[in-house]
Amino acid sequence: MKYKIRILLDTIFKDIFKATGLLVLFLLGGILALLIYNSISFFMDVKPLEFITGMEWNPTGKSPKYGMLPLILSTTLVTFGAMIIAIPLGVGTAAFISEYAGSRLKNILKPAIEMLAAVPSVVIGFLGIVVVSPGLANLADLPNGLNALNGAILLAVMALPTIITISEDAIHAVPKTYKEASYGVGATKWQTLRKVIIPAAGPGIISAIMLGVGRAIGETMTVLMATGNAALIPKGFFDSVKTMTATIAIEMGEVPYQTTHYYGLYALATMLFFMTLIANLVGEYFINRFRKYHAT
Amino acid sequence: MQHKRFKLSSIIEWGSLTGTTLIVCFFLVVIILEIVFKGIGSMSWEFISSIPKEGMTKGGILTPIIGTVLITLITAAFAIPFGICCAIYLNEYAENNKLTRIIRAAIRNLSGVPSIIYGLFGLALFVQTLQLGTSLLAAGLTLGLLSLPYIITTTEEALMQIPNSTREAALAVGATKFETIKDIVIPSAVPGILTGVVLTLSRAAGETAPILFTGAAFYISDTNGYINQEFMALPYHLYMLSTQHQSIEEVRPIAYGTALVLILVVFLLNLSAFYIRYKFRKNEN
Repeated sequence: MKYKIRILLDTIFKDIFKATGLLVLFLLGGILALLIYNSISFFMDVKPLEFITGMEWNPTGKSPKYGMLPLILSTTLVTFGAMIIAIPLGVGTAAFISEYAGSRLKNILKPAIEMLAAVPSVVIGFLGIVVVSPGLANLADLPNGLNALNGAILLAVMALPTIITISEDAIHAVPKTYKEASYGVGATKWQTLRKVIIPAAGPGIISAIMLGVGRAIGETMTVLMATGNAALIPKGFFDSVKTMTATIAIEMGEVPYQTTHYYGLYALATMLFFMTLIANLVGEYFINRFRKYHAT
Repeated sequence: MQHKRFKLSSIIEWGSLTGTTLIVCFFLVVIILEIVFKGIGSMSWEFISSIPKEGMTKGGILTPIIGTVLITLITAAFAIPFGICCAIYLNEYAENNKLTRIIRAAIRNLSGVPSIIYGLFGLALFVQTLQLGTSLLAAGLTLGLLSLPYIITTTEEALMQIPNSTREAALAVGATKFETIKDIVIPSAVPGILTGVVLTLSRAAGETAPILFTGAAFYISDTNGYINQEFMALPYHLYMLSTQHQSIEEVRPIAYGTALVLILVVFLLNLSAFYIRYKFRKNEN
């Protein structure tokens, strides 16, 4: 090929590659602009204070109510429940894989965790309906088991792979010298794990938990299918709840274009976006701290 | 006595960690067994090769299978070239400056954005602004956007594995930078890129939330799969059969069958990704 053409191709492709990099920025910018633009349209009709502190979400009633408190409390309750289940299970499993399992067992467990991560959320939601719900109804003597606890169990299953993988990395990255020093002064394996390894891996584990939280807050299909979707302030884990994601999923399909209700769903999405963003940023902060800490 | 107590406590300690691991494995086993045992009854060649009949209470799931295959192809056609180009830019061209750091932060944030928000964005951008309507194309592009950050991240990791000496050798014999990337770097990174792409597509094929408003349909009668029309997809079909259908109990076997097919598709894609990675590592040694 002629030299000039080769140089020309070189510059053209350099620009194409750079353009794709910039387009990613436009994608995030576009998502943000869309959310904020529509939220502003919403706040022209509804006062922000009413949105944030309102106790009732009923956009289709005679006098529409746009209080997002029940939705945000539902999301919080389900996520909190999921973490109560997933944190001990996830960190315990990570410690087992990293410290106790032999290399053969590791080679089975790690792909198994990846398989769990690969199960589509709609399948987990389906199992919430056909397995967890009847089980809970039997145990607690309820008419049905579509409630916050069901959602929490399913979200725990969905957050577990994230928590296990990142915690395992963190525990694995603790320098060997720490362990040896601990054994050297006569500590048992368990004492070393609890008093030395877990604290040293602490920031990494916190980041694993925060990324798990981010995943749980943003998860849509499982909670949509398994929590019953009653938009009331939840009183406990046996109440039916309607999370922010489920509200968007249910109502977006039915709402007329460019109405207050339509904009209201975007305002909810904006809230959701920033909640997951904060969870992820905190997670990222701790990952970086963890890396710095062990780099020295 | 002292010795015995030591033993007992260490058994409890070891047992608690083994216990948590067993519970996690138990979740996976329950998911697989429940779907496989209850889904296998509906499985037959006819189930896979015939369209839904009589209000979806009979017949098979051919239409959603076709829809899922087509939408995954659109996702791939959009996200793979775009994602690979962006990864090439970040790993081969970008200097370590503010712009690059902002792009990287944007990619990390995008991978944390909930899938339902991608659905809203797809609705606003593709369905409404670009006038594609609720269609296979709009939904495929939405899933493409969702897949983008994962493809970029995994591709960049694959590119990072290629030693710099390889690039320098190509540049030294007179290749331009683009030729080096096209003929040397990319071919050696193919296994790593492929693993990431397959894993990402398996994830996209199972997504439901982003296609809810961008084109997934309750029921369509023909199997032609026009790009500008609504479509049926396996995950949406499962959602619909288990929560929206008028006679939920009657269609339960079909729902189990759909779940089994969906999980098989996803697991097969995952296994092929594991296989590529395994073979690649073996060749390295």
